[in-house]
Amino acid sequence: MLEIRNLTAKVGEKEILRGINLTLRAGEVHAIMGPNGSGKSTLAQVLAGRETYQVTGGEVLYQGQDLLSLAPEQRAAAGLFLAFQYPVEIPGVANLYFLRLALNSIRKNRGLEELDAMDFLTLAKEKMKLVEMNQSFINRGVNEGFSGGEKKRNEILQLAILEPKLAILDETDSGLDIDALRIVANGVNALRSKDRALLVITHYQRLLDYIVPDRVHVMANGQIVSSGGKELALELEQKGYAWLEQKNVAAEAV
Amino acid sequence: MTTDAALQELTNREYEHGFVTKIDSDSAPRGLSEDIIRFISAKKNEPEFMLDWRLKSYRHWLKMTEPKWQNVHYPPIDYQDVIYYSAPKQKKTLNSLDELDPEILATYQKLGIPLNEQKRMAGVAVDAVFDSVSVATTFKAKLAEVGVIFCSFSEAVRDHPDLIKKYLGSVVPFTDNYFAALNSAVFSDGSFCYIPKGVRCPMELSTYFRINAADTGQFERTLIVADEGSYVSYLEGCTAPVRDKNQLHAAVVELVALGNAQIKYSTVQNWYPGDAEGRGGIYNFVTKRGLCHANSKISWTQVETGSAITWKYPSVILQGDNSVGEFYSVALTNHRQQADTGTKMIHIGKNTRSTILSKGISAGRGQNTYRGLVRILKNAAGSRNYTQCDSLLLGSRCGAHTFPYIEVRNRTSQAEHEASTSKIGEDQLFYCRQRGLSEEDAVSMIVNGFCKEVFRKLPMEFAVEAQKLLSVSLEGSVG
Repeated sequence: MLEIRNLTAKVGEKEILRGINLTLRAGEVHAIMGPNGSGKSTLAQVLAGRETYQVTGGEVLYQGQDLLSLAPEQRAAAGLFLAFQYPVEIPGVANLYFLRLALNSIRKNRGLEELDAMDFLTLAKEKMKLVEMNQSFINRGVNEGFSGGEKKRNEILQLAILEPKLAILDETDSGLDIDALRIVANGVNALRSKDRALLVITHYQRLLDYIVPDRVHVMANGQIVSSGGKELALELEQKGYAWLEQKNVAAEAV
Repeated sequence: MTTDAALQELTNREYEHGFVTKIDSDSAPRGLSEDIIRFISAKKNEPEFMLDWRLKSYRHWLKMTEPKWQNVHYPPIDYQDVIYYSAPKQKKTLNSLDELDPEILATYQKLGIPLNEQKRMAGVAVDAVFDSVSVATTFKAKLAEVGVIFCSFSEAVRDHPDLIKKYLGSVVPFTDNYFAALNSAVFSDGSFCYIPKGVRCPMELSTYFRINAADTGQFERTLIVADEGSYVSYLEGCTAPVRDKNQLHAAVVELVALGNAQIKYSTVQNWYPGDAEGRGGIYNFVTKRGLCHANSKISWTQVETGSAITWKYPSVILQGDNSVGEFYSVALTNHRQQADTGTKMIHIGKNTRSTILSKGISAGRGQNTYRGLVRILKNAAGSRNYTQCDSLLLGSRCGAHTFPYIEVRNRTSQAEHEASTSKIGEDQLFYCRQRGLSEEDAVSMIVNGFCKEVFRKLPMEFAVEAQKLLSVSLEGSVG
């Protein structure tokens, strides 16, 4: 589904990604962990097509297609979804309207018929149950005046409605209390399927108790320095990121 | 393609309504003098009182100086280099649209003005002003059934001189300001509307103004009188073709709402804004004001997307007790457009209420100024005002400015003012695009969301037009 080969990227003059290699197959859930500033969020943004970051080398194949040559909206239409770490507010634009516009843009791109307001409302209501969201949310402005937890749930609602092939969750757990975390995780788990891949970026192991990954990658300093099964996350939790850096230095010394 | 480049490309589209109709004009020579005013008055077969009023206005204007306090910049206007009268040549009066000059009809069609039988079915009467003379008036008969008078200003001067004598200049006297005085001296035509006592006007009245001949100053005069207990909704829409030289437009609109009457006045203005470098474009210096008698209501709704310079403050004088004034505005400036617009709410009567909702959008190098005055006089006990003034910036080269003036002269009244400034961020656009929306759709959605409260106040078909216009005007606006 996703193949990242030796990807490098910078913002301004600062190199942030320094050769990322990663392969994600349909049906798999991979977690990316790492300390602040390791480049996790940059990787997510680069995959989604944010123009702030300049790709300087490497390639990304998504379903066999050159992902980096596509505009952000084309990537979305091709089934790539990013749940934002900091969801953006769009005042005056009703959440429901925004979601329908988004879904229909994507459907149109895929040659599907657009959903009318009534059909869409039915769909939205069904998906809202998944994230235990109150109906009043869909009539409010997009993320307008939402609490941190509400914004994150709204991201998962969008994920559920847009049904992407590849979903990237960028620190979706940050700022969530334990109840909200459970709701978000349930929403995500409900979407796990054999033809959908998930890339879960997180700072803490906690989320991975709820969304159990097939693989865990640890990023440091713009590279994946360690990969393993879910037990890697636990080990990391116990020993801290410092352990990893030491291990890394040791590896480089050999 | 970067965000900036894509938006630049969109911005650079040519003004859609830029074309010139080839018809012979019957024009006055350039310049302004008492002779020119006599020429205009004679051309229009005006009665003596009208000419006198024009001359008085002109003499007063000569003593005035052009105002400089507004937050807009333009080279000095040479008032002797303007043609003050231009009428399309016509052989006779028209009985139906079929007799209209096909070139004029074609122009309207390019603009998408449905000036035909379809319009009748849509229930809108159109008084189309082409350059300075009304060339077609529909529905007069149907309106006459209920006693509504809706005609060109020239006709009103001839056919209803008593009403004109009574109300002309009663809200905006010729002494009011420089441009109102100029308009009073040289106004060419416009619309007149009278709604009799207790009548609810059966259709929305609509006027499309259009400036065509090169270097023709356009001096429209609109007067709407709603007699006691009546109601009228009036729509004004404007477009103008591309010109190299700036064109001066100094209109005056006067509204009179007698006891318990209601006037709803909606404007969508998309005159030629000039090219991307600010060349050409209309100077839109307009005086609009309404007078409310007891228990009456005047509501101004405007969507201003055109003109190189917009300078106007649709105002309400709340003279009668319990009267209500409203002002809902969307003003957009792109490229090098400048707008200094807002309102004045003058509370004189007791328990008077006013609401101001202003949405300013600045893009490109546009400069957008809100200027508003809320004055609650000593005797206006128990009066209230609520003002909300929001600015939206697209890109980093534009500007938004707010100048609210609030004067409350008694202890039982209250005025509230809220203001905000926000910016369409790269993060908002990216968020939308990540969800599958094109950049253009995203900008238009965000701006429409910002303006929603005002669009709600527009009549349905105007609201749709306003949204489209906004999207077109915004093309390529983040820089």
